[in-house]
Amino acid sequence: MSAKLRFDYQIIMDFIEPQSRVLDLGCGDGELLKLLIDQKKCKGIGIEIDEHSIYQCIEKGLTVSHADINEELAHYADQKFDYVILNESLQQVMSPEKTIEEALRVGKSVITGVPNFCFWKARLQIFFRGRVPKTQCLPYEWYNTPNVRFFSLKDFRLFCRKKNIKIINHAAFATDHRVRFFENLFSTAGIYLLQK
Amino acid sequence: MIMDENTCGVVETQSLTCFNPPHELTLKSGQTLGPLTVAYETYGTLNTDKSNAILICHALTGDAHAAGFHEGDKKPGWWDTMVGPGKAIDTEKYFVICSNVLGGCKGTTGPASTNPKTGKPYGLSFPVITIKDMVQVQKTLIDYLGIPKLLNVIGGSMGGLQAMKWAVLYPEMVHSSVIIATSYRHSAQQIALHEVGRQAIMSDPDWADGDYYGKTVPKRGLAVARMIGHITYMSEKSMDEKFGRRLIDKEKVGYDFSADFEVQNYLKYRGDSFVERFDANSYLYLTKAVDYFDLPQDSGSLEKALEGVRSKFLVISFTSDWLYPSHQLRSFVTALKVNDHEVTNVVIKTDYGHDAFLIKNDRQELVVSHFLKRMQKEMNHER
Repeated sequence: MSAKLRFDYQIIMDFIEPQSRVLDLGCGDGELLKLLIDQKKCKGIGIEIDEHSIYQCIEKGLTVSHADINEELAHYADQKFDYVILNESLQQVMSPEKTIEEALRVGKSVITGVPNFCFWKARLQIFFRGRVPKTQCLPYEWYNTPNVRFFSLKDFRLFCRKKNIKIINHAAFATDHRVRFFENLFSTAGIYLLQK
Repeated sequence: MIMDENTCGVVETQSLTCFNPPHELTLKSGQTLGPLTVAYETYGTLNTDKSNAILICHALTGDAHAAGFHEGDKKPGWWDTMVGPGKAIDTEKYFVICSNVLGGCKGTTGPASTNPKTGKPYGLSFPVITIKDMVQVQKTLIDYLGIPKLLNVIGGSMGGLQAMKWAVLYPEMVHSSVIIATSYRHSAQQIALHEVGRQAIMSDPDWADGDYYGKTVPKRGLAVARMIGHITYMSEKSMDEKFGRRLIDKEKVGYDFSADFEVQNYLKYRGDSFVERFDANSYLYLTKAVDYFDLPQDSGSLEKALEGVRSKFLVISFTSDWLYPSHQLRSFVTALKVNDHEVTNVVIKTDYGHDAFLIKNDRQELVVSHFLKRMQKEMNHER
């Protein structure tokens, strides 16, 4: 485990009640899932499409499925988990709307971490340089980015309102500090605790 | 003999006689069979609380000799890459058992064995057997060895079917299962491929309705069956890389029906060497047992069939395995999840096709070794 906890992990950990049942969609190398199991005594499983990441998860002793998020979600019964986590994966699915709805079906709560495509530095790059933005949070070139959906924190809030999804709690942040004013301008990402 | 330090060393096949009349084995078909001989090998040491036993189930043409060397042999057992001191199935930690399946021809009773009632080989009078029957025989061996609960049952291909059946049939005896490159039931294509192999054997005049023991064995038929099998075990890419269109010691094709291409030679070699070590009737019986395997059959659905299972699963498939495509195991994984069973699955990218689980494979070793370590920790914790 890294000496310093990733800031987004800290926030997600704070959102989750101990001993919950957790499904981590796009769990990557499994670090967050391991933290939740070790420190929050959660019962957690992960879904990950990348083969190399699956090996890292198995090395950590996690229970994981090597599968596609959307195909996988369909198999679970309603409200099977206390929390479904979609951290840094929503922008990489083809139909975020469907994924969120499905996640809210199988989870009592959904925690989603989304990058903010309208961070001020990104805005400046578009405006002054006329280039598609590249930031710490969005480090890819347009031709190799895994992201297929681009939205801001404001877009996400409006989406939730439109879909009658309740935002129970949220935290906007930039790198390693919380952002409390002009979130859509000064944050690189946000984490939302959602319920239907 | 070439031995690395990670070998089980010289090992011997042992045997157990069981199901002595009147306590014969009742087969799924309703027929009874006994007495039976079971050939098996063990590696490592059973710990005092008998909680470190792993049963390996072999594939169609495998045997009890999974690891180490038989006296004088140059080649080790069929899964020596996986089983040994410090290996994924670590014989310094685990007590490992592998037995030849019922119906086989490597020491366990099969169609080539002598029927004690007639003093002659069974041949086709040997009853048709199923995966369930094989598992029942293995269970008797495990009971005989005094093991109340297996830490793990692991198998690939036909071995995977047995491992599935173990978890369903004896849920209280299986702590965990590793299921590799297999399916929960044979599809039409899989049955068809087996059928071609069986037809090759049965259309060889030397087969003589299975009554060839002590006479000429149906070598040609069995060799062709093996050739078909071998094609299904490899991928298009692995065959292409191994042989391409290379010719056998010649510059040009011969415009006749002698062998031109290296792949022809390879298949012939594989076929010919197979007939030296395998019984044609066993091939018929075992392929039939695999074709009959249908986990959902008795319960109505796969989900229902897995309801009572208590084992935790690791499920492995391979991207280039077209004989047992990974979507079949994905359905199995889904059915486990619907039942709330713990399951980890991985689809390993490889060009080696179905054979991938038998070939040295770092990623398979990694996932199996970590899974087993965790299962041992959990099982000790439960006690």
